[in-house]
Amino acid sequence: MQLNGSEILIEVLIKNNVDTIFGYPGGSVLFIYDALYKKRDYIKHVLTAHEQGAAHAADGYARVTGKTAVVFATSGPGATNLVTGIANAFLDSTPMVVITGNVPTTLLGKDTFQEVDIVGVTMPIVKHSFMVKNIEELANTVNTAFAIASTGRPGPVLIDIPKDVQSGMCEYNGKLDQPIIKDNTLVDFDEEKINEAVNLIKKAKKPYIYCGGGTVFSNSGNLLIELADKIDAVIGTSMMGISAIPNSYEKNLGMTGMHGKYCSSMAHAKSDLIIAVGVRFSDRATGNKAEYTKDTSIIHIDIDPAEIGKNIRPNVGMSGDVYEILKILISKTPKIENKAWLNEVDEYKKEQEKNEPSDNIMVAKNIIKTINNYADDNTIVVTDVGQHQMWAVQYYKIQKPRTFITSGGLGTMGFGMGAAIGSCIGANKKRTILFTGDGSFGMNLNELATAVSQNLPLIIILMNNSVLGMVRQWQSAFYDKRYSSTILDRKTDFVKLADAFGAKGYRVTNIEELDRTIKECIDTESPVLIDCIIDKDDRVLPMIPPGGCIKDIIVK
Amino acid sequence: MEYKKFIISAVVSNQFGVLTRVAGLFARRGYNIESLAVGPIENSKYSRMTILVYGDEYVRDQISKQLLKLYDVKKVKALDLNDSLVREHVLIKIKTEHGKNISINNLVNKYSGRIVDFSDESISVELTEDIVANEKFIEEAKEFGILEMCRAGALALNYGKEIL
Repeated sequence: MQLNGSEILIEVLIKNNVDTIFGYPGGSVLFIYDALYKKRDYIKHVLTAHEQGAAHAADGYARVTGKTAVVFATSGPGATNLVTGIANAFLDSTPMVVITGNVPTTLLGKDTFQEVDIVGVTMPIVKHSFMVKNIEELANTVNTAFAIASTGRPGPVLIDIPKDVQSGMCEYNGKLDQPIIKDNTLVDFDEEKINEAVNLIKKAKKPYIYCGGGTVFSNSGNLLIELADKIDAVIGTSMMGISAIPNSYEKNLGMTGMHGKYCSSMAHAKSDLIIAVGVRFSDRATGNKAEYTKDTSIIHIDIDPAEIGKNIRPNVGMSGDVYEILKILISKTPKIENKAWLNEVDEYKKEQEKNEPSDNIMVAKNIIKTINNYADDNTIVVTDVGQHQMWAVQYYKIQKPRTFITSGGLGTMGFGMGAAIGSCIGANKKRTILFTGDGSFGMNLNELATAVSQNLPLIIILMNNSVLGMVRQWQSAFYDKRYSSTILDRKTDFVKLADAFGAKGYRVTNIEELDRTIKECIDTESPVLIDCIIDKDDRVLPMIPPGGCIKDIIVK
Repeated sequence: MEYKKFIISAVVSNQFGVLTRVAGLFARRGYNIESLAVGPIENSKYSRMTILVYGDEYVRDQISKQLLKLYDVKKVKALDLNDSLVREHVLIKIKTEHGKNISINNLVNKYSGRIVDFSDESISVELTEDIVANEKFIEEAKEFGILEMCRAGALALNYGKEIL
């Protein structure tokens, strides 16, 4: 059958089970949008307010569903507007296929209107990228892009398609070559390494399982619980790994690191064996690397061989499928009792509780607790970046994998709105809550328009302290309270703003009001914004200063 | 850890953009390229890159692993300079003055080079030995005055029957 390039593209997307696309049309993708129009019964297109919103929406969608998400944008500014979203997906290993149009091949390299070398621009932030200049290669390239994005350590793949390739005709019979992927290069573990790991586990008196995003991707949370129960280990998580283990599991201590839970960071520092699974030892989690590795052994398991030894040199490093390695490791590990360690950790828990703020005052912990009371285990929680994000990680009781969506590696302010839209759509319009701040929300609040037109059951909890709280906190701690450009002093009325966008807006100043409001709107099936006024000097605690160690922890 | 020169040898897809991806990876991660030579192999779908790098064990391990993550990179191996067949092609134009030609001739013979061109004021020499020998020649040739030179970068294969 003779089809044009755009029709072939859409056919291959459908073949790869794509039913939702986020994007924004433009001059260089007109043919693609025309082909999409013809297949609108098969693929839903979500039009965002800005390409960045589309990229974050695709990111959120992929994280909630586990599927490879697709985003479309036109050439030039359309493509460059995606860049932050692509980088965000790259840093957090989100499977995503990004399709950009470009000017016709005959005009490439001539500074044509809206021409940008987007393959060049995005090279450092994609898993791989293609520029398709030959229509004969289009179908297999698109198919291969899905395979690359979703296998091994997932990541974004960009395909740039010049306009004449979109419109050119080519024979397409639906047969695609088996994509070439590089799975065989990932595996580096054997019986000997497993035995070494088991020996370290046998010797350990204070085992700590450090769980990262890789355990969410590989559905290994239950295996970590099995391991923890077998050897009396406790579990702490990176921010990306937070949803892998239910909050209700008693050995789950929560996030570790710079703004982690006191108990989790203490146990992390005092442990004599760290079993790191699906993590990359981010500087935010380890602090001072020399202190980190002192007096402890490390077993590191990850799907990406390059992560083994990159940030921390482990005693035993194994790369490959995390689930598979854990299965073998658990089967070879005997039952071990470390009751003294569990008791020691209980002491840290008690210490942690002493420093918690009291109930009913209008601080982040109580805002989150109040929201949590009205949510269930399937509620999707999304955050932006900043203080509210750390508070959500610390206090929201996450029970299920893929229900907590946050920007980890890149720390993208403005991620929240787009991500919440994509997450909510990915979850078939399940109740979604976005925790954001007045700083982050200000960056991409245009996407409120998208949330309204998509009629999403999204509750936006805006923690409004009138300052850029996280930067202010650092200025307070390390820059002698010189609040350089962090006092927002804006006159934005968020209730009216919500109203103007066609959403419902509320303002609350105390916990009783919040409770009443959330009770009123928890079943609303369209976007709601609750402007929660909090103090500008509320801090995220505990805090381990950058490059510091547990000795430097600030709890008050 | 000890810093030294070593060779990264990689088989890559013979496609546009691959060199940029590899060079970009080196720049981004802060690894130094001392020299780089690329050319197609017997199967013209692929090229072989031979990269001379200066670094320690950590850099060597990371470069190899990070390179192998690139989709277009098919095989990677780190080779030791003193345990591999290493050659480099160099062209050097040396200044000649009356009476010094014989000394240059001796120098060229000492390092198994070839005189490939000459004029009243210059002699052009081709070297095809290993990097260390070439560098020694360059040092000694400075005495006569080097007008200009170019080096193609190291090429390397495993000794014996072993292949990449």
